[in-house]
Amino acid sequence: MIAPDWFRDDRLPHIYCTGCGNGTVINCTLAAVEEMGWKRDETVFVSGIGCSSRAPGYILTDSLHTTHGRALAFATGVKMARPDLHVVVFTGDGDLAAIGGNHFIHACRRNVDMTVICMNNHIYGMTGGQGSPTTPAGAISTTTPYGMSEPAFDLAELAVAAGANYVARWTSYHVKELTKAVAAGLQTPGLAFIEARTQCPTNYGRHNKLRRVSDMIEHLRSHAILVQKHDRLVAEGKPIPEGAFTVGELVRRNRPAMGVQR
Amino acid sequence: MRHEIRFSGYGGQGVLLSAVILGRAAALYDDKYAVQTQVYGPEARGGASMGQVVIDDEPILYPEVTEPDIFVIMSQQGFEKYGIRAGKDAVMLLDADLVRSRPDCRYYEIPATSEAKGTLGREIVANIVMIGALVTATGVVSREAIERAVLDSVPKGTEELNVKALKRGFELGERA
Amino acid sequence: MQGNAACAEGALAAGCRFFGGYPITPSTEIAEAMARRLPKAGGVFISMEDELASIAAVIGAAWTGTRAMTATSGPGFSLMMENIGYAAMTETPCVIVNIQRGGPSTGQPTRAAQGDMLQCRFGSHGDYSTIALTPNSVQEMFDLTAKAFDLADRYRVPTFVMSDEIVGHMRERVTIPDAVEAGRPRPLAEGALPFEGGDDGIPGFAPFGSGRAVHVSGLTHDERGYPDTTDPEAHDRLVRRLVAKVESARRDIADYEAVNPDAETVFVTYGPPSRTVEQVMRDRPDESIGHLRLRVVWPFPEFALKVFPNARTFLMPELNMGQMVREVQRHVDQPVISIPKIGGELHTPTELVRALEAYR
Repeated sequence: MIAPDWFRDDRLPHIYCTGCGNGTVINCTLAAVEEMGWKRDETVFVSGIGCSSRAPGYILTDSLHTTHGRALAFATGVKMARPDLHVVVFTGDGDLAAIGGNHFIHACRRNVDMTVICMNNHIYGMTGGQGSPTTPAGAISTTTPYGMSEPAFDLAELAVAAGANYVARWTSYHVKELTKAVAAGLQTPGLAFIEARTQCPTNYGRHNKLRRVSDMIEHLRSHAILVQKHDRLVAEGKPIPEGAFTVGELVRRNRPAMGVQR
Repeated sequence: MRHEIRFSGYGGQGVLLSAVILGRAAALYDDKYAVQTQVYGPEARGGASMGQVVIDDEPILYPEVTEPDIFVIMSQQGFEKYGIRAGKDAVMLLDADLVRSRPDCRYYEIPATSEAKGTLGREIVANIVMIGALVTATGVVSREAIERAVLDSVPKGTEELNVKALKRGFELGERA
Repeated sequence: MQGNAACAEGALAAGCRFFGGYPITPSTEIAEAMARRLPKAGGVFISMEDELASIAAVIGAAWTGTRAMTATSGPGFSLMMENIGYAAMTETPCVIVNIQRGGPSTGQPTRAAQGDMLQCRFGSHGDYSTIALTPNSVQEMFDLTAKAFDLADRYRVPTFVMSDEIVGHMRERVTIPDAVEAGRPRPLAEGALPFEGGDDGIPGFAPFGSGRAVHVSGLTHDERGYPDTTDPEAHDRLVRRLVAKVESARRDIADYEAVNPDAETVFVTYGPPSRTVEQVMRDRPDESIGHLRLRVVWPFPEFALKVFPNARTFLMPELNMGQMVREVQRHVDQPVISIPKIGGELHTPTELVRALEAYR
């Protein structure tokens, strides 16, 4: 599906566990980038810290693997200084929503022209599976041994509220839809935020009765409901299924954006 | 010769700007050296604000004011906070209508605010009247230099009023 | 012109075209000046959401080959520490201005201090080296800020202008030169690796968009820039080079004035206390009193202390509890007396005369 010349072949083997969803998201992103016809020397990948943030290191472009939570602030500097470069940020739920939450809402508010792809695996994967701001209520992690007692952030809704021009959510099961959403994000001037819910069999599934990769993917598939369907249920006053989350395009608009190449 | 000049008044009178204008006159138009400093902080809003200038014929090394030889005081609170300890050899110009106390040193009463309100019609130029008086009373910078510095520093459209205020100050200072 | 304004003018003259910052007393006038001036100079000013983001944006901009800076004070400087380490590790040329104020914590926002002199050298975790300049006048705010860009580019290292509230807020006459020296980083040679040091330990620079596909990471990396976090050899090689490229060049980077080399009692100063010492020496000419005034404190020019072979005592007035005095003490055998002053005001000439009488 993608041309191998976007990968650094001298960086293999990669660090991702067997069954990790991050590879799928990287593939979908690069497929979308290729579809745009972007050149390698005009594209910069930026990331913070965590499993997701290792992605730029495997891609054969200029890339900035930065500090925990700060990827969007670094990316803002790159894009504002050189608006002719395409900037794509890979981040995760811990990086973006916990330590980087303030940068997230401000990057959306500024609507800096870049595409942000969050691999949301509901856990701090790199450090061994601690609870994050997107860990679902009741879920077991090493720091929520009695079940997560805090409510979770809805990252996509947060991005909509904060002002991003394009927001979509899909999962690592929805490969075609995710690729299309990334491509739409790349095309939209302003900040595009794509939340990709992914499986972490090693550190999330193992503790939550989703030991097999296929169980996790099935869980993502069966709990995803289309935004349109969700809205219809709400309008009809019908209940939303337990544990369901919306997928699809949440917003596509044309608010004033920064760093758009003239 | 080194002069240390201290301005004090209440926030909004423009005493900090007065210090900047005087420093500018000395450094840019009188071929002297000047360092301007001021007290920053909550005092600068409403309470007693203070700005100071060191003027010298040779490069200024120690930049702070330790014992001012010239004071310009435009409020009672400013006097109490920054003027009351004036040394015996110092000279003080004070706005006669706003400062009740009188120092132990030589002083000149300049009716800057009433002049500004009355003859000139705008209270806001009281600080410029005071600067004019300071220049003729002490000769710390030249009349030409202070006039150029005032013109550099005031908003467009107010030049005429400010020069008028300055010249009125020159007269008051000569008489003092 | 005010010190902070002169700092902004020095940066612009040196070709700075990106400023990311967050308002904080007493450095705010620098951001305000850059906000006014940069858009008209074809540059970018951006007010970030905090100081962590400010330095991050500056580093991002620097990797596009744009000369970039930020300015802050006290708490903001503390917040920048992690990404300053990132800049050191990734060899990002950038300038950080710190208008020092009284600390710790929120401390004295409108008062001067020199309390961050060790923080700018050691404040981020791990071993690295930096360059720090210390202006003592409004003119030097212009000159040394411009120079900081040159040093940052030449040595590929975050470079600090360690000023303070006194110099930042004072107004003095400034002469602005027609042009300032503005070298650029050595370009990455064909076939060379992006983090390969060469003879001087300084890699060539391939900014983003130049087609070299550079991977920049704060992880321990090899010469290709690829993470290699477990090999002791790789870490040793990288970190030793990061420190050595600056420390071994300290004679070239050094900038100081030495007065009365035959003196027996020698003041060692940087920043505004130097002006009090100069005043004392003008008021009472005495060849037995010497003065070493540092415009570059890091890397520390220990050889400059040897300019005074007859020195019996070194006196160090600092606006802190005695920070750089430790560095001097470890390089000389003579007693080094700290003359600390905290609270926000500069040592007066009288105070230093008293110290002279007590210790000479």
